[in-house]
Amino acid sequence: MADQLPNTPMLDELEKGKWPSFVKEIKTAAASNDMSKDLLGILEKSYSEKIGHWKHGGIVGVLGYGGGVIGRYCDVPKEFPGVSHFHTMRVNMPAAWFYTSDALRTIADIWEKHGSGLTNMHGSTGDIILLGTTTDELEPTFQELAQEGFDIGGSGSDLRTPSCCNGMARCEWACYDTMKACYDLTMHFQDELHRPAFPYKYKFKFAGCPNDCVASIARADMSFIGVWRDEIQIDQEKVKEHIDKGVDIVNDVILRCPGQCMKWDGKKLEIEDEYCRHCMHCINVLNKGLKPGKDRGCMILIGSKAPIVEGAQLSSVLVPFMKMEEPYDELKDLVERIWDIWCEEGKARERVGEFIQRVGLGNFLEAIEVEPLPEMIAHPRENPYVFYEEYYEEGDDDDEEEEEE
Amino acid sequence: MAEAQKERLTDIGPPHYQKFLPPVIKDNYGKWDYHEILKPGVMVHVAEGGDKIFTVRAASPRLVSIDKIRKYADLADKYCDGYLRFTSRNNVEFLLTDESKVDPLVKDLEELGHPVGGLGNAISNIVHTQGWVHCHSAATDASGIVKCVMDELSEYFTSMKLPGKLRIALACCLNMCGAVHCSDIAILGIHRRPPKVFDDILPKQCEIPSVVASCPTAAIRPASKDGKKTVEVIEENCMFCANCYTVCPAMPLNDPLNDGVSIWVGGKVSNARHEPMFSKLAIPFIPNNPPRWPEVVDAVKNLVELWAKNARKYERMGEWIERIGWPKFFKMAGIEFEKEHIDDFKFAGLTYKRSTHITY
Repeated sequence: MADQLPNTPMLDELEKGKWPSFVKEIKTAAASNDMSKDLLGILEKSYSEKIGHWKHGGIVGVLGYGGGVIGRYCDVPKEFPGVSHFHTMRVNMPAAWFYTSDALRTIADIWEKHGSGLTNMHGSTGDIILLGTTTDELEPTFQELAQEGFDIGGSGSDLRTPSCCNGMARCEWACYDTMKACYDLTMHFQDELHRPAFPYKYKFKFAGCPNDCVASIARADMSFIGVWRDEIQIDQEKVKEHIDKGVDIVNDVILRCPGQCMKWDGKKLEIEDEYCRHCMHCINVLNKGLKPGKDRGCMILIGSKAPIVEGAQLSSVLVPFMKMEEPYDELKDLVERIWDIWCEEGKARERVGEFIQRVGLGNFLEAIEVEPLPEMIAHPRENPYVFYEEYYEEGDDDDEEEEEE
Repeated sequence: MAEAQKERLTDIGPPHYQKFLPPVIKDNYGKWDYHEILKPGVMVHVAEGGDKIFTVRAASPRLVSIDKIRKYADLADKYCDGYLRFTSRNNVEFLLTDESKVDPLVKDLEELGHPVGGLGNAISNIVHTQGWVHCHSAATDASGIVKCVMDELSEYFTSMKLPGKLRIALACCLNMCGAVHCSDIAILGIHRRPPKVFDDILPKQCEIPSVVASCPTAAIRPASKDGKKTVEVIEENCMFCANCYTVCPAMPLNDPLNDGVSIWVGGKVSNARHEPMFSKLAIPFIPNNPPRWPEVVDAVKNLVELWAKNARKYERMGEWIERIGWPKFFKMAGIEFEKEHIDDFKFAGLTYKRSTHITY
């Protein structure tokens, strides 16, 4: 067992300071775990040499799944045998990362038995990350987790673990039930999540309002952002209470409205809802006096991604408004139509946002049978090079006109 | 075996969230009326019927041991009937119904070394990637820089004295698992040396056509060396994206002499006021200087304090810069403008200034 920790003068510098220290966390685990002990050693080596010591992943996993495990091997196994294999398991977190203390202890106990004792709470996509174990331990870890009700998450070219904000559980602004939708779609698409069959990764993120606490517009191939389409609910008395407590309504609210659709005459707040852009700022600031409208649902946006390969993208509008009600058939049907065309025509490692850039949004819409709408664009095209697909030959038009009549 | 073999389970999905919600949330699901931030890191949500739930938000290093997870669980038992959650920025949140327990919990968290804060006009936790702790393509460490930056900026986590929200993110390479491309301040690890081609192992490990196709600038072409098929890199066409390395382990870009970090500013995700924006390049390159990366810490602190001093209330970094203009930003920040700041990839022309709207 790990009786003595390696000498780590550089890492020791990261135990100092006010912010919680990841080095202390590794040392805590290393006191009773040889993997974590060697992780300390290899990390100190990286700090002194200014380079990582992990090799490219390998194909490891659990029976019957293609995703959820990231193979990891170090390039100096003789020096640090404890981390010669150091695979990561992604565990699908509960919606919006709510836990009970018992659930956390269950995960800790399983990981004490089978892995490094180190985790990320949580990974970038949202999973519980169990950081570092050997190939032999993967299947037993998975099955013990499963017996306790946990399944592993996505990795590779599959549906990645969907995530959501805490929505109606603890927020007054949720325009649909993000946790229910996230859970429902995660369960519905289990096969796509565990068995990579896509051109590349595909992410769903569910945000209850345009504040977008889960960064869906930047990070999800499909962003589901809660929104309302009727009038913002106003309680004039409570608006006045905000002002009495020091809110500068003109400078901090009215002049910040991107739709310039608000008026304050010293007594009454008026909103021309027809021009409201649903940015949330006034509701954020006057959160007792204003609430999203009552006709609520979600806007679906598509295509955001980080730079690899063809550059970063933000999601763009695909469906300006959809009611979000169980069993979400309209939504699931749309998802299937998108996957059909993207899986058929997409190139390897081409995210759906890049695919749309390549084939054109207009053509993509046609393929998924969605009507083009002005809500989908920032502005119409500026260049006149239109790809018309048909033209008339002399003599064609008479017949056509007759048919139309 | 004494115990019967348990049935093998697959495709069960995550546990249902209902199992983890405290009774006050179940009773008031979808019925919250408003919330108020009571002090840094502490807020109350009030339901239409008057029920209250108090949230205490604490910093976390994200990389946590099972020992720390058990400590979180113990605190949740002591103060919250066992209920807690984590946020999308990796903070831990304790959910209480008894207001009198808030202060003792805050005290316990601070004693445990986890500052309470991150709400309202503050810096929330830095979202970040794995870095040298666990990643093969890292151009820098992640947890280390985050620790050093937040050691320096923690007063902005534990207070609410900033003009608006500030979101910092770190990704240790351009793959951006940390999706830093829409952050007020992004710290991004970058490579600056083209891939080294290991000709001896490349044909065994990689499909040459896929490697060639992986390059977005067509800088890789098939080649033959000593009669063996391999690839060569047209170095002047390489923009160090490392997509080739992702598909082919025999082409690493990691290089201690040339790897380092860049700093980006002005991105946002929220739709509040201004539409979401990408982060833009502020500082092209700072060398790696472990263990405490003092140059990166200074650069980030300078940007935070410059914005804090000059922005209007609620104005995010990107909104502030858009108002004052980029020339003023570079001048005020004391950052030299260089060729690298000008985009030269797709749609680069859209980033040129195409008007006379310039301040002097």
